[in-house]
This record gives sequence, C-alpha cells and structure tokens, in this order.
Amino acid sequence: MMEFKEKLLSSYLAFEDGLDLSDSVHQTRAKALKIFEQKGFPTKREEAWKYTSLDALLQLDYSLFPKAESSIDLNAVKKYFLYDTDTYKVIFIDGVYSPFLSNTTHDGLDVCLMSAALTKPKYRKLIDSYFNKIASEKDSLTALNTSYAKEGAYIYIPKSTVAEKPIEIIHFSSGIESALWLQPRNLIVIDKNAQVQIIEKHQSLKEHPVVTNSVTEIYVHQDAFVDYYKLQNDLHSASLIDNTYIVQEKNSHASVHTFSLGGKLIRNNLQFFHKGEHIRSTLKGLTILHGHQHVDHSTLVQHAQPNCESYQDYKGIFAAQSEGVFNGQIKVDKIAQKTNAFQQNNNLLLDDKATVNTKPQLEIFADDVKCSHGCTIGQLDEEALFYLRSRGIPRKEAKALLTYAFANNVLESVQLPSLKKRINTFIANKLGVNLGFDL
Amino acid sequence: MHSAPADVVKVFHFKKLSMAYTEEELKKELETKEYEYGFYTDIDSDTFPNGLNEEIIRKISEKKGEPEWMTEWRLKAYASWCKMIEPEWANVTYKKPDLQAISYYSAPKTKPKYNSLDEVDPELLKTFEKLGISLDEQKKLSGVAVDIVMDSVSVATTFKETLAEKGIIFCSITEAIKEHPELVKKYLGTVVPPRDNYYAGLNSAVFTDGSFCYIPKGVRCPMELSTYFRINQAGTGQFERTLVIADKGSYVSYLEGCTAPSRDENQLHAAVVELIALDDAEIKYSTVQNWFPGDKEGKGGVFNFVTKRGICHNRAKISWTQVETGSAVTWKYPSCILKGDDSIGEFYSIAVTNNYQQADTGTKMIHLGKNTRSTIISKGISAGKSQNSYRGLVQVGSRALNARNFSQCDSLLMGNACGAHTFPYIEAKNNSAQIEHEATTSKIGEDQIFYCNQRGIDTEKAIALIVNGFSKEVLNKLPMEFAVEAQKLLEISLEGSVG
Repeated sequence: MMEFKEKLLSSYLAFEDGLDLSDSVHQTRAKALKIFEQKGFPTKREEAWKYTSLDALLQLDYSLFPKAESSIDLNAVKKYFLYDTDTYKVIFIDGVYSPFLSNTTHDGLDVCLMSAALTKPKYRKLIDSYFNKIASEKDSLTALNTSYAKEGAYIYIPKSTVAEKPIEIIHFSSGIESALWLQPRNLIVIDKNAQVQIIEKHQSLKEHPVVTNSVTEIYVHQDAFVDYYKLQNDLHSASLIDNTYIVQEKNSHASVHTFSLGGKLIRNNLQFFHKGEHIRSTLKGLTILHGHQHVDHSTLVQHAQPNCESYQDYKGIFAAQSEGVFNGQIKVDKIAQKTNAFQQNNNLLLDDKATVNTKPQLEIFADDVKCSHGCTIGQLDEEALFYLRSRGIPRKEAKALLTYAFANNVLESVQLPSLKKRINTFIANKLGVNLGFDL
Repeated sequence: MHSAPADVVKVFHFKKLSMAYTEEELKKELETKEYEYGFYTDIDSDTFPNGLNEEIIRKISEKKGEPEWMTEWRLKAYASWCKMIEPEWANVTYKKPDLQAISYYSAPKTKPKYNSLDEVDPELLKTFEKLGISLDEQKKLSGVAVDIVMDSVSVATTFKETLAEKGIIFCSITEAIKEHPELVKKYLGTVVPPRDNYYAGLNSAVFTDGSFCYIPKGVRCPMELSTYFRINQAGTGQFERTLVIADKGSYVSYLEGCTAPSRDENQLHAAVVELIALDDAEIKYSTVQNWFPGDKEGKGGVFNFVTKRGICHNRAKISWTQVETGSAVTWKYPSCILKGDDSIGEFYSIAVTNNYQQADTGTKMIHLGKNTRSTIISKGISAGKSQNSYRGLVQVGSRALNARNFSQCDSLLMGNACGAHTFPYIEAKNNSAQIEHEATTSKIGEDQIFYCNQRGIDTEKAIALIVNGFSKEVLNKLPMEFAVEAQKLLEISLEGSVG
C-alpha cells in the first residue's frame, strides 16, 4: 500500500515535466499533493470508509502515464455509445483524448477538453473562478486527483441556452497497459437559466486491472437545470472511485442518476451544496450486483438555505457474494428552515452470501423542517409472488415483474428513452426473462 | 400471591399521581422547576483521596473485603484500561473529565444493616421522601423491593426475605461477590468484558457497588425489583455495576431510577449493566434517568457514560425501556446480543434534552441466532440549545436466518437552536433478513397548539400533552408507577422551552 503511494509521489516530477510551474493552477495542484502526502489513502478506520477497503486495489503497480495514444476501431466501441450520432461526445482512451471518436463543439456552448481549458488564456477567467472551488480539500482521494489534474471534460453552457443534444463523456481503457490508474477531472458550468443532459461512462475493453479516481465539479447557476446520468457497467476487473461535487444556486434543479451495474469496486461520493433558496436536488441510484462486486454510495446533501428540497432514492439488488454500502447524509443548517428532505434506501438480497451495510443519517439543526429517511433490507414478498403465480404467471417471470417494480422508482424519472431501454434490457438479461414490455 | 395486592395498589398509586394535573399543582411545579431534586444530604462519608492507580484499586477491593480473585480481576481490567483511549466518535462535545481528580470511593461511614425501615438514618429517609420515593410508601403500598445505592454503597435492601423464599437473590454486588462467588465468577464480565470500551474498563477496575440479581430456574419474580442511584458527595464518580441473571424459564422486571443533587462541577457516571437471559427467560429492564442536567447556562451537570448490554440465549427475551431526561452529556447504548435461536430484543427509548444538554443514545441489536427478532422505537425530543442524537446498529450475522428487525426513530424539535440527528447503522449478511428502518423529524404544529389553546389549554400544557402523545408508544412499555413518574418528568424537563 505504501509502495503505490510512494510511486504517486515520486512520479510527480515526471508529471510536472512540460507544465507551467508558476501557473496558479499548478500551485493548486502542488498544494493538493501535499494534502495527499499527509493523509495517504483512506483506510477502514475512517468512518466514511468503514465498509469499503482499498487495500486489495492498492497492491498492484499501476502505470500512471499511458505510453501512447492507442487507437480503437470505431466499430468495436460503437455499442457503448448511447446514440450513434446525435450527441456531443468527449471520449478518452487510457486517459488520452481521442479526437477521432469525439464530437466536441464551441458553437454556442463549450464541450471540450480540460487540458485546453486549463492552459488557454480565453478560459482563464472561468478556470480561476471555478476550478477546484468546491471539491473537498480534506478528502485525500480528491486531493490526489487535483494534484494530477490535467485532462477530462470541460463543459460550459452559457446563459439561457438549452443544449440540444445530450453530452456523452466516455472513458475507455484499452488494456494495452497491464494495470492502469486513471484520474480524469471534469468541470461543468451551467450558467443562468441553461439546461443540459450529461451521460458519463467508464468502460474497459479488455479484462485488465484499471482504477479510475475521477473528480467532477458541477456548478448549477440560478434557474438552471442539469440532468446527469452515471452509467457504471464496467468489466469485473475495473474499479471506480467517483467524486462528484455539485453547487446549486437559487431556483436551480440538479438531478443525478447513478446506475451501478458492474465493476469490481465502485465508490460514489456525491455531494450537493445549496447556495440559494428554492433549490431542488434529486439523487437516485440503482445498483444491481452479482459475483464479488462491491458498490459503496456515499451521499451528502448540505441544506444551507431555507425552502429547499432534496429527494434521495437508492435501490439495490444484490446477488451471490456481492456487497452494497449506502451511507447517506442529510445536513440541515440552522437557517435552512422549511427544508424538505427525503431519503430512501431499499435493498433486495437475493442470495444468502450477499451483504448490505446501510447508514442513512440525518443531522438537523433547524426546527421547521420535514425530514425523513427510511431504509429496508428484505426479499421479494412471498405473498405478492403467490398472487402473480395464482394468476398463471410462472415463478421466474413473476419474480422479474416484482424486481422490475422494485427498480421502477429510480427508472421512471430517467429522461432519456434510449438509456431507459438499455437499462431495461440489462435487467431483463440479468433475470433471464423477456417480458415483452419496457418500464 | 405477592403480585395480587400489588396490582390493586398500582391503580391507587396511579390515581393519586394523575390527580397532580390540576392547575394548582402545575403552578407549584413551575415554581420549583429549576431542579427539584437538587439537594445535598448531610451524611458522614468515608472518602478516598483523589486519583487512580493500582494502590487505590487494591484499597477499594480491600475496603470491600473482596476475595483475591476479584482484586486480580480489577487489576487486570485496570491494566487493559490504561492502554485504551477515550472515545471521540460520539456526537457530543464536552470537557473531558480529569479522571485523576476524582475520588473513587465514597461510602456512608457507618454502613447500616437494617431489617426494617425504622432503623434507617432519618436523614436518609428524608432524602428519599424529597425524591418522592418514600420507602415507606413503596414498601407498604406498591410492593416494590428497593435496593438503594447511595454514593456507590448499598444501604438498604427491602423485601429481601420475601424474595429469598422464592430463591431469588437480590442484593448488592459486594455482597454477591462474598456470598455467591460462583455466580459472579461465572457471569461477571461475560457480556461487557473489561476490555469492551474505555468507560467499561474504568468501571471494571473501580466499581464500588451496584446490584446483583439472580432469578432461579422457572421462577417468575413476584414483584418489580428496583434500584435507585444517586450521586451525593461532590467530586465523586459513580461507578455501579449491575448484574442480572435470569435462569432458564424465569422472568424479572427490573427498574432503575436515577436522580442526583445539584452540583457545579461535572460529575462522572460510568456504570456497567450486564443482563443474562438464559433459555426461555425474560428480562424487562426499565430506566428513568434524571441526573442533574446542568443549569440554564449549561454549567455543571452529570456525564453519563454507561455501558448496558444483555445476552439472550434460546427463546429468551430482553426488553430495554428508558426515559432519559437528565445528564449534561449522555452516551448510552443499551444493547442486545441475540445469540440464541428465536430470541427477542426490544428497545424503547425517550430521550429529552433541554438547555445545553447533549445526548447520543441508541441501541445495538446483534442478531446471531436463527429466527431472532428485534424492535427499536426511539423518540428524541430536543429543546433549547440541546443536541439529541440517535445512534443505533442492527447487525445480522451470516447464520442468523430469518432475522427480523423493525426500527423507528422519531425526533421532535422545539425551538430553532436545537438539533436532532440520526445515525443508524444497518448491516445484513444474509438474504433471509428483513430489516426496516424509518425516521422522521418534525416540530410541534402550530395548528395543534392552536387547537388546544382554543379549548382553554394553555401553551405549556398543550406542549406537554403533545409530547406525551408523541412518546406514548414508549411510555406504555413502562411499569405503571414508572410511567406516571416519567410522564411528569417529561413535563418538568421541557418547562420553559417554549416562547
């Protein structure tokens, strides 16, 4: 474990090579590296990492800088795209931008690269006011990402603009490297009254150990709306630590759907901060696991202003020896009166080796609030099954129907029909049925 | 035979207390609402010099005339405690008590050994009268046997003879160590080992007294057993040790009440309670805790760092009921280890915090056996500038097939300077577990108050009414006499919290 940390620290000189060291961005990086050096990787002794251990992941010698841009045949990866043509695409292969597969734009809105935004003068103002402003300074993995922050997606939606097409951010790992450590850094700014839909996906093309430690900062200005989808359906060898920080201004609405359907270890840190009144935050998650997979959802909604609402709904379906963790936090500050916060976590355990650890927390300092949380762990209702079977539906289909119904709360608010269909197919395949309808 | 008259009396008792809800009574209560149990009894005490070391522990042991194995047990606990650090994970802030500035032994100088109440020091009787637990009344009317612990040493145990007929042992732990060493040796520290946590370790090393109870096989204890704890002497920590053993097929209901006189400096209370319910046994353990909470500025008050845990063998049941209204800082998690198949654990709690009080309380339900069931009902009420947290763990082991849990945590906030927090931990390791948890946070509706006002009930009274309704599920679980007392206590604790 020590060894990989040492490698990260000692490789820093190589990373600095070719960068402008006097630049303010780089000073932020250097500061973050110091924090990481001090704190190191989180261990199970920390409350936030009580149920998830990185020890096993840190045993390998990951390569930090992929050797060369590897080219991928479009036809080989086409199936991972949500849409063939009508989306903006920012695509990376082993952490390196692939202009061939991407479809970026500067026409009316900016969908481009972090590397460009960090270096080109015309973006300087935005970078100065947004880069690393909400990402946690204390979190060691976020600090690690900041210290190596160089590439990722940069999205800017100007005032009163509606992005016509969804934006897809896809990170491929080609499998050329024996073990790979990726640290993409995304910055998304949605200006006043603007709207955008974004899909983020991490995909390895070959079975090989890859760990992605990603940080995304999202600024949602007044009256703006962001609809964000995280699709985590990677191969068994891939792990993901996703840190997403969202700041919302007055009257804005931010919605994040997280679909954790595959991968070795997934940790989602999702944090919302409220900076104005009448804000809506929606956090939804669907986790379907099998084998030895491990998914940890750690959410935080900081209600710092009055009259805001947040809605959290996480569903988990766990088979075989998979492990699910939900650690949800709602904090309501003293001045945040009339807050309406809801948090729900339901879990279905399908096999007797599956594990669920859940910790829904409320910390409330204001009295005129409506806060509730609920969480359940259980199985499909035998009586409901019996009801369906007594009406001639075979056991397998009946089970599938109930599982569909269980997941439906999360799926019904998905605004992209194509994505919905994809997840439907996924669930149907998993259950081995064809119900002949979509949710 | 014994329970029949007690039932009659209970009704009488209830009527008498419930009549206290007249305007006149309320007025009187309001006048004395500061802390009506804050007084200091002038009894000669035998107190040790401050500080803690091996020598002090040996001296405590010697003073109490303990056998060698007990002294060794204490020293071993002390050795492991020295390696531990004070926990900081709880959601409370306080100035850590200086454990070297506490005297670890304070006993009334002449230990009275009375067979009847007439022989008891009249000064002491007066104390109890002020506490509203007149032994006389208790003994004559309600048929509750009381083991009174005053500054750590048991001074009077009533009804001992009646209990002895049934083979029930109910005495102070010191006596039990001397007279029933085989039971103490077998069970002491099996549920809460000395190494369990910082304060349990400290308690294991220095406990001065407490209660011991053994219910033999198949015996249903005919009366409710009860212990009253009080902190009397200034600067003394209170370290009781309670051990309740219910043998196969037996039943006992045990009450514990706490009041402490008003003191400026913080007083430490680190008790350990161990319950052992063998096959088919049932233990009902009820607590009403009203230690001094500190004054309105948050000065003074008791630190209540208690470890309470019970173990259930096959088909056994342990039920914890607590009403927490006192203490400046509470840190308490009565837990059940459901080791046996078909065992049941229950936890019913009301925690009220006012002014600058802080409470971090909850429970742990560890499901190990098959078909184990647990219920958690927790009601938190915070007022003033207080912080009230629920922290609970429901753990289902991989072999605990068909485990079932239901948890409900409701918080009521009064005023905009207080806080209510919930930290439930739920861990399930097999697919036959069914766990439900729900929590809500709300405040008293203005419409509710208005409705009461409109019908001639003033706001203070209306709040008491609503709070009582909110806490009803838990209050119903208390034995009758306690329920009435607890209800009154809730009102007193919340007085002056609305404005």
